Amino acid sequence: MKLLTLNFLTCARKTCKSTAAAFPLHPKEAELEQVEMELNPLFVKNMLPRLDWEAMKTLATELGLPNLPAETPVAEELANESGEPTQTLRDLHTLLMETAIASGKLVCGNCGHEYAVKEGIANFLLPSHMV
Amino acid sequence: MSRPEDILPPDLFYDDAESRKYTTSSRIRNIQADMTNRALALLDLEHPSLILDLGCGSGLSGEILSDVSAEEGGPHTWVGMDISASMLGQALERDTDGDMLLADIGQGVPFRAGTFDAAISISAIQWLCNAETSDVSPEGRLKRFFDGLYASLKRGGKAVCQFYPKNTQQRNLISQAAIKAGFGAGILEDDPETKNVKYYLVLSVGGGDVTGAVR
Ligand SMILES: [Zn+2]
Repeated sequence: MKLLTLNFLTCARKTCKSTAAAFPLHPKEAELEQVEMELNPLFVKNMLPRLDWEAMKTLATELGLPNLPAETPVAEELANESGEPTQTLRDLHTLLMETAIASGKLVCGNCGHEYAVKEGIANFLLPSHMV
Repeated sequence: MSRPEDILPPDLFYDDAESRKYTTSSRIRNIQADMTNRALALLDLEHPSLILDLGCGSGLSGEILSDVSAEEGGPHTWVGMDISASMLGQALERDTDGDMLLADIGQGVPFRAGTFDAAISISAIQWLCNAETSDVSPEGRLKRFFDGLYASLKRGGKAVCQFYPKNTQQRNLISQAAIKAGFGAGILEDDPETKNVKYYLVLSVGGGDVTGAVR
């Protein structure tokens, strides 16, 4: 599961839906993998305003990744004057699209439920009493 | 021919053998590709987008989303949800690009508000009308699904769900649930009154009947 996806995923339980603590989910015993993806500058630009950068920084810290910039990069930083992709764009691409959780757990900060991740797929099936 | 919905719940129906059959049958693949391309045309996306694929199965639709050319506004990035672990296993084997959740869309859509540019669903949402246990109803599952989908789409976002309604009553149950969640909704029929009729529930976040905008 790409870190991009984790920046949008919340706890699935109804009781957690409107609580701030249910996002972001916290990785536990996470194994990371690097997956090569083709650079898609327009996609990164499209996603930039939607990212929750605070959650991104929390995630990077919890995964032991290098510290991220304090503020969300802005669209102007993605290409240089001649329109070439900048290092900022490449770093974002690596972080969001190529860094993935291969296995481990995702824990809700509100209810404590642990969603298992195996082969990159998170199990969000809830037993009916938890729906 | 019996409908799979009437035999077993989807996580049981699509076991390993059935999933492989579904993924490798060239007839099913072609129909699935046609319907995905139709849904994409209806979404009319202009930029590389983040798309939710509801009932993504083995990623047959997802591959098409990943392969949309830059000239046609792609390539898109997708996140899939499916209740069948066997189907998702097939997607892993075929090394598709999207992220996937093992999840029941009738339990909701676990993403924060405004996440997706668009959503597609091919041959899945009629399963929501199956209530397998005494503590869930089709109405309850449809409500959780459409409320969650509505919230997860960004403003101006669209969703296209191709589905196989069992009868008029089920078709209305589904479209009414979408409208109650706040969607502008319309049903488009391709090849009406033939045995190949295909139904597309076209939804927009913003209100109003949207089939008028469909060409
Ligand atoms: Zn929770």
